[in-house]
Amino acid sequence: MLRSKSLSSKVADVVLISILVIVALTCILPLWYTLSLSLSSKTAAAAGAVALWPVDFNFDSYKQLLQDGQFFKSFWISIQRVVLGAGLNFIIVPLMAYPLSKTVKDFKGRNVLMWTLIFTMLFNGGLIPLYLTIKGYGLMNSIWALVLVGGAQTIVFNIILTINFFRNLPKSLEEAALVDGAGPWYILFKLYIPLSIPVLATISLFSIVYHWNEFLYGLIFMTREEFYPLQTYIQQLVVSVDPSTMTEDQYKRMSELSNRTLDAAKIFIAMIPVLLVYPFLQKYFIHGITLGSVKE
Amino acid sequence: MRTKGFAKHYYFMLAPGFVWLILFSIVPMFGIVIAFQNYNPGQGVFGSEFIGLETFKYMFTLNDTMNVFYNTIFIAIMKIIGNLIVPLVFALMLNEVRYMGLKRSIQTIVYLPHFLSWVILGGVLLDIFAYQGPVNQMLGAFGVDPVLFFGRADLFPFLVIGSDIWKEFGFNTIIYLAALTGINPALYEAAGIDGANRLKMLWHVTLPGIRTTAVLLAVLSLGNVLNAGFDQIFNLYNPLVYSTGDIIDTWVYRAGLLNLQYELATAVGLLKSVVGFILISLSYYLAYKFTNYRIF
Repeated sequence: MLRSKSLSSKVADVVLISILVIVALTCILPLWYTLSLSLSSKTAAAAGAVALWPVDFNFDSYKQLLQDGQFFKSFWISIQRVVLGAGLNFIIVPLMAYPLSKTVKDFKGRNVLMWTLIFTMLFNGGLIPLYLTIKGYGLMNSIWALVLVGGAQTIVFNIILTINFFRNLPKSLEEAALVDGAGPWYILFKLYIPLSIPVLATISLFSIVYHWNEFLYGLIFMTREEFYPLQTYIQQLVVSVDPSTMTEDQYKRMSELSNRTLDAAKIFIAMIPVLLVYPFLQKYFIHGITLGSVKE
Repeated sequence: MRTKGFAKHYYFMLAPGFVWLILFSIVPMFGIVIAFQNYNPGQGVFGSEFIGLETFKYMFTLNDTMNVFYNTIFIAIMKIIGNLIVPLVFALMLNEVRYMGLKRSIQTIVYLPHFLSWVILGGVLLDIFAYQGPVNQMLGAFGVDPVLFFGRADLFPFLVIGSDIWKEFGFNTIIYLAALTGINPALYEAAGIDGANRLKMLWHVTLPGIRTTAVLLAVLSLGNVLNAGFDQIFNLYNPLVYSTGDIIDTWVYRAGLLNLQYELATAVGLLKSVVGFILISLSYYLAYKFTNYRIF
């Protein structure tokens, strides 16, 4: 861009940057507020005295959190779910993407299979049939319900990303390997996968974030709190009140009664894993957001 | 080619993934027959009496469901419009910033909320907008009486729309920014030589340069007309705001899994899936027609 040095242009810059900074602050301040709340005293939080900085700074909420066995149980369930879910995703995606990256000429069944895959991504039977199916499989209260149901709904997207990546690898690589007598397994594992680290990192991060954040399947497939993953556990913190008779006063009292500093501490801890992988996400997610591309 | 006999191996590679998708995506689809049955959980899908379209007729007589359809479409369309325009404006503003460090810092901050779950952000928002929370404190400084934000049916849809835009605008700028970097710098130079100022360049170079991207995003968002955002609303709503905030997905959850009206919930869910499938297929078709975009 050309650099113009006129005064009006400079004023425009200042205004522009101020707006951008304020908007950026609105993205981070709510999270900062949650941290402040978790480090404040209960009375200060209940009185609404907390603003940007903690009032009566203390770690009571975090000490109290340490006593909460279920929080750590749920945290551990979420970790297991992420490892199993992202692991399975990492194995299955390249295995499916490689044959499907072939043209119909090289692999006759390719198009039918591809359209079947796309169909499972775009259509679903809805929540109730899914619930009844999983119940029928006897997977209620099993971590595999979380891993396999969630995974099946996200894997096709990841496969498409990987197909697009495979197709952009130079054709001559595979041809050279073929000349040397390499088979499809060798080409996939020794040639394609090592070259596809960026896209495999991207889909793994997507899978990790998805499995960490997903809460609904924990709620419907787990019948007891002890099996809840972390997000479901946090989601259930809100006390349930009989919906038909709830009044505005009750709603207000409910939000006042709840232990806001402790809840804030739980919310903040649950945020940390995502914050930890965030630098990697930033590095890789650019690949992922453009699912398709404009082709000639 | 030396790829004869590879197809057998390709099927081996695809088998585990397809078994997974058949069991967890395709089998549940057959559960939609419940919508046409007088479903009896004891007898299951195969033993229950077939009643045709009764449930669908019943569905259209319920005020409840009509209201839910309206809420869904209203919230979803408002979100689509906001999620197209706000990121575009933000990307254009960000594009004018010449300090690379500042630009990158702003980007890092505004992308973050996208990766946090609605469980977490729902908790954060309920704190921020609590009766004694910081937003009401700020309003109090201007002499405004505290507002019970998430308890007000008239405000709820707009809080939902606004907070969704807040969560996603940063991430959505990525695509626009990618398009902006694709504009040939020579065009700006030429415009500068012709005496164009920054506004003129914006109008005559930048906007035409990202028109295709904007059209593409608008067309693709057609597929979201029935997706008002289950995760978000489920974590923010309460019985006080059902009249304006209840959407198809949250209604299906309550009708099916809490009130055990399996047939009705399946029918409503099926209607949503079918219409959604048609819309998304149409959007892909139009995207291909207009911009040559293909997902694979």
